[in-house]
Amino acid sequence: MLLIADIDKRFDGGPQVQASVRIPHGVSITILFGPSGAGKTTVLRCIAGLEKLTAGRIVFEGRDWTNLAPQKRPLGYLFQEYALFPHLRVRDNIGYGVKRQTGIVDRVAAKLKVHDLLDRWPSELSGGQQQRVALARALARGPRMLLLDEPLSALDAATRDHVRSELALLLRSLGIPAIVVTHDWVDALTLGDQMLVMSGGRVLQTGPPQEVFTRPQHREVAAAVGVETVVAGRVIRRDGGIAFLQVGSGGLAAADPGGDDVDFYVCIRGEDVTLEKGRAEQSSARNHLSGLVLEVVPAGVLTKVVVDAGFELVALVTRQAVEDLGLIKGSNIFAVFKASAVHLIPKS
Amino acid sequence: MNWEAIATTLKLATLTSIILMILGLPLAYWVAFSKWRWKFLVEATVALPLVLPPTVLGFYVLVAMGPQSPLGRWYQSLAGHGLPFTFEGLVVASVLYSLPFAVQPIAAAFGSVDRKLIEASWMLGVSDLETFFRVIVPQSWTGVMTGLVLSFAHTLGEFGVVLMVGGNIPGVTRTLSIDIYDRVQGLNYSGAATTSAVLLIVSFLILSVVYALNRKVWFFAADRRHRQEV
Repeated sequence: MLLIADIDKRFDGGPQVQASVRIPHGVSITILFGPSGAGKTTVLRCIAGLEKLTAGRIVFEGRDWTNLAPQKRPLGYLFQEYALFPHLRVRDNIGYGVKRQTGIVDRVAAKLKVHDLLDRWPSELSGGQQQRVALARALARGPRMLLLDEPLSALDAATRDHVRSELALLLRSLGIPAIVVTHDWVDALTLGDQMLVMSGGRVLQTGPPQEVFTRPQHREVAAAVGVETVVAGRVIRRDGGIAFLQVGSGGLAAADPGGDDVDFYVCIRGEDVTLEKGRAEQSSARNHLSGLVLEVVPAGVLTKVVVDAGFELVALVTRQAVEDLGLIKGSNIFAVFKASAVHLIPKS
Repeated sequence: MNWEAIATTLKLATLTSIILMILGLPLAYWVAFSKWRWKFLVEATVALPLVLPPTVLGFYVLVAMGPQSPLGRWYQSLAGHGLPFTFEGLVVASVLYSLPFAVQPIAAAFGSVDRKLIEASWMLGVSDLETFFRVIVPQSWTGVMTGLVLSFAHTLGEFGVVLMVGGNIPGVTRTLSIDIYDRVQGLNYSGAATTSAVLLIVSFLILSVVYALNRKVWFFAADRRHRQEV
């Protein structure tokens, strides 16, 4: 094991976080996923040594880190708002933790494409640039592992998509294992090899992201995840802003995200899928997939209906709708959803 | 104008401010970051000179320095003379008297430094002490300057403590405020008026500097202008 972290952290009169994190050698990126207040950041801070454990232990590469000062842990920590030193120029920010600066600042800056920004002040950088400078600063010290706390949440939505794919490429090219805290399922699918879902201070489920999304083992996980259908799909045709994908033995239309990617994770929220008995004559929805009902299970106030439409598609509908349509296992049904309700995440 | 008194006062204020920086920075750091449960007792002690009449403070300092006290005897054996009614004694008293004026603004500035910046420094392998000089002090330099300037200004104008501990020895412990008092006692109003005017103007200028320092517009205007653009 690269990292064994058995964390028990109690805050005075506050919540308790009890989590066990295992990162085997060879796993590149581990996602800590969950809603805000789940205890993800606490876990990260405990691993970094910024919080003292109430009980438990942290072992990194066989060395006991439980009582080791944060300065002594060879980690790179990326703070949520990046925490660049406002009184230092970019060059001095990147070189801050480097004892002997034999060109390391320039090398790291070039790698992260911030070499043009070295003489700027942090306040003169955009959000995406700040993130790259903060990463460069963390990398300049040659860390053994990276800890990233909500690396994309400080960015606006338009920047986020772009920075996310850059970050994914970068983290993989670095060859340094990383733990990424996020509450965004797109981040989790794009970045993660392994994923831990946390809620209420506990780890509820661990596994590859796609598996966790499609087969949540707890209701909290399903709720935290919020996406019922995650399947692999391949673009077979692109036409007028719409991508047609082969998914399992079926197919569907999605809004074309652009780019050259062909293989995607196809993500559809259960709330976005409508079920109909017959095929509507005219509709703005691009997808009318006929299928067989595989399963009808209550899910809180709604009912979860799993339809085999060449792939397993989950619809969340009201109990009233289930009764009106007479849905039982084996019913023939049309599943209807808009192309814009399909979220495509590049697999690479 | 009594130039001798001006020189004594400036020397006293400068020395006091320097000593207060050396003592005040670590003390302010401790006040800002310690989680000790009895910390409030130390905070209250530091703040005492704000509320105590200078005569009371002066009285205790005098007693503590006197030949009856271990501290006084220790100093006597070391220096060959006692602390009361000497310039050194005056410096000690002034340091105590102006302590809150140095410690409080500095501690407040330290406490408002973004915790994330301190942690970022730790995560880059930099020790607590080095973090103090490379992040905390640069981030709170207006507070540090305020503490420095306020303790200087406060020492310029002290009267009660000086009179109790230093007495009124020309060229040694006679400061500006004592000089003014002396002149008024001697019915030399015009002399008192000149010296008073000098103190008034100097004090006003120093306080203007403090308030200007704390108006961040001067120093961060460029910074903020840019942030608005982004």
